Amino acid sequence: MKIAVCIKRVPEMDVTFKIAPTGKAVDETGLKWDMSDFDGYAVEAALQLTEKAGTGEVHVISLGPDVVQETLRKALSMGVAKAVQLKCDTVPFDAYAIGTALAAELKDGGYDLIMFGKMSIDGANGVTQFVVAELLGLPLVHACSKLEIADGKGSARREIEGGGELVSFALPAIVSIDEGIARPRYPSLKGIMAAKRKPLEVRPAQLGEVRLTIETMELPPPRAAGRIIGEGAAAVPELVALLQNEAKVL
Amino acid sequence: MPNVLVFAEARGGELRKVALEAVTAARRVADQVGGDVHVVLVGAPGIAGRASALAEYGADLVVVSEHPGFANYAPEATTAFVAERVKGGDYRAVIFSASQQGKDLAPRTAARLQQAIATDVTSFEVGADAVTVTHPGYTGKVVQTLRLVGTPAIVSLRPGAVSPVAKAGAGRTESVPPSMDPAAGRVVVTETILGDTKTLDLGEAPVIISGGRGLKAAEHFKLVEDLAAAFGNAAVGATRAVTDEGWRPHSDQIGQTGRLVSPDLYVALGISGAIQHLAGMRTSKCIVAINKDKEAPIFKVADYGIVGDVFDVVPALTAAVQQARQSSN
Ligand SMILES: Cc1cc2nc3c(=O)[nH]c(=O)nc-3n(C[C@H](O)[C@H](O)[C@H](O)COP(=O)(O)OP(=O)(O)OC[C@H]3O[C@@H](n4cnc5c(N)ncnc54)[C@H](O)[C@@H]3O)c2cc1C
Ligand SMILES: Nc1ncnc2c1ncn2[C@@H]1O[C@H](COP(=O)(O)O)[C@@H](O)[C@H]1O
Repeated sequence: MKIAVCIKRVPEMDVTFKIAPTGKAVDETGLKWDMSDFDGYAVEAALQLTEKAGTGEVHVISLGPDVVQETLRKALSMGVAKAVQLKCDTVPFDAYAIGTALAAELKDGGYDLIMFGKMSIDGANGVTQFVVAELLGLPLVHACSKLEIADGKGSARREIEGGGELVSFALPAIVSIDEGIARPRYPSLKGIMAAKRKPLEVRPAQLGEVRLTIETMELPPPRAAGRIIGEGAAAVPELVALLQNEAKVL
Repeated sequence: MPNVLVFAEARGGELRKVALEAVTAARRVADQVGGDVHVVLVGAPGIAGRASALAEYGADLVVVSEHPGFANYAPEATTAFVAERVKGGDYRAVIFSASQQGKDLAPRTAARLQQAIATDVTSFEVGADAVTVTHPGYTGKVVQTLRLVGTPAIVSLRPGAVSPVAKAGAGRTESVPPSMDPAAGRVVVTETILGDTKTLDLGEAPVIISGGRGLKAAEHFKLVEDLAAAFGNAAVGATRAVTDEGWRPHSDQIGQTGRLVSPDLYVALGISGAIQHLAGMRTSKCIVAINKDKEAPIFKVADYGIVGDVFDVVPALTAAVQQARQSSN
């Protein structure tokens, strides 16, 4: 089984962001970067599928400037066989522009399965995989929280409000990964050493047309500082009074 | 004349609340640009009976497609049907709900039509040459204003961002057969599993009662459920620590990699307030935290905090809420 996973490099989210002077991006000074959360789940799920099958290999693709090589190397050190950078100076926001470039790379790769995160954790669009599926004419199952591949067919579960959907699909296919499938493994020292010798190919990104742009970026209004009203069950009457009279939610 | 097209989500033969939210949003835009609201409604035979409810919220035309294969969500046939409607009309905007289904259907439709799409928007405005929307990113830590070029602009609307407002539309209906057999797709939903349908969904409930690792065992979620029942309009949520333990299903997880919610009231029980959890609930209008550790970060965002043991405080709170609701009735 040959699997490709599309991974995005994103800032770690456990910081208070600042807006860059352009007003259209976050200030990148001092940020740490990693693979987008759901993309990490997808890499892990892909590795587990090939390990379970006992055959096949996983490739990863990331579109962006040279710094994405760090993210690609991390995937290689987790056990991925080959990485491809689709090089461009800045990553556009538009999923159509990105998806066009990814589809061009994936088109003749002979993949049985192409995997994505359900959405990027910074852009939070959840659209790129749909663009690729449409351009390649492949079936797509979005936001899988369970995934099984057997006898050339796939089955998945998707979470819906208050329940789930069981889905069956034909291969080759595209799937995007939700919470619940797998947590990414930590690269071993051996994995990190091996990754240095694995192929990392660099090609120019053939970006599609941009129709969706960021006009402004702002920080949401800060929440007022919290207030502790008391200790133990004795504080309950005051809480109920506040919920009724101040917050008016009861 | 430029019109607005809406996809109205139904499940199990009933409209979902998000459908009325989307129609309400569409009515506002249509009144602004002087056009009509057209609504697409698909479902198993019988769904046409729901068209009148859509008219009450502003639908001028409801295009209904009934087919037994639409009983489960049929992603490919629904996309084909909606895309065909979009191409057959003069639409300035196409509005979906950013529900779990809409997060699938909206980008499928946009990709099919090769149109720009903005997802999970909290507001949008139709201008002369572009549609602009607000879209939270970076786990809700940044608000982005996005500009979509091209007509029609496709958006999916975050559940709860618009409250349904009744405003009658012309309410004509038209019945159209599916453009492809819903059962013949390459991706087929073989079963829809519904949990307890009495409990409200996290995206729709005005009150959410959430439990964390402080509850210590699956059976103690009875405390959380009882408090939710006392409010009467509440859904139950959880942290990743809890869904990892298997105390609650993954679909209950709130946070960076779970559901993003914004209820009127969010009650956090035995939850530390990790940054990834806050990412999913920090925009709640009022936050209450009960935690035995007064240094827990959840207290930094809680409007009202009680330092205490959930096993003491929650039963007392449940009784007090029950009493408050009885005396107000
Ligand atoms: C990539 C990534 C994504 C993540 N995504 C999510 C996500 O989407 N959602 C999410 O929730 N987490 C997420 N996490 C996990 C997150 O970092 C925390 O580990 C998790 O939120 C902790 O859950 P908790 O508050 O229930 O448990 P803990 O952090 O263990 O907190 C338990 C709290 O209960 C209190 N307590 C204990 N006993 C009692 C008692 N008897 N009475 C009152 N209080 C008591 C303790 O003081 C403590 O504050 C993610 C982590 C990563 C790395
Ligand atoms: N620059 C990128 N390089 C590689 N894959 C990407 C990139 N951007 C997005 N993706 C993939 O597309 C998914 C959805 O991204 P988005 O549409 O931005 O939410 C991500 O989870 C990745 O799998």
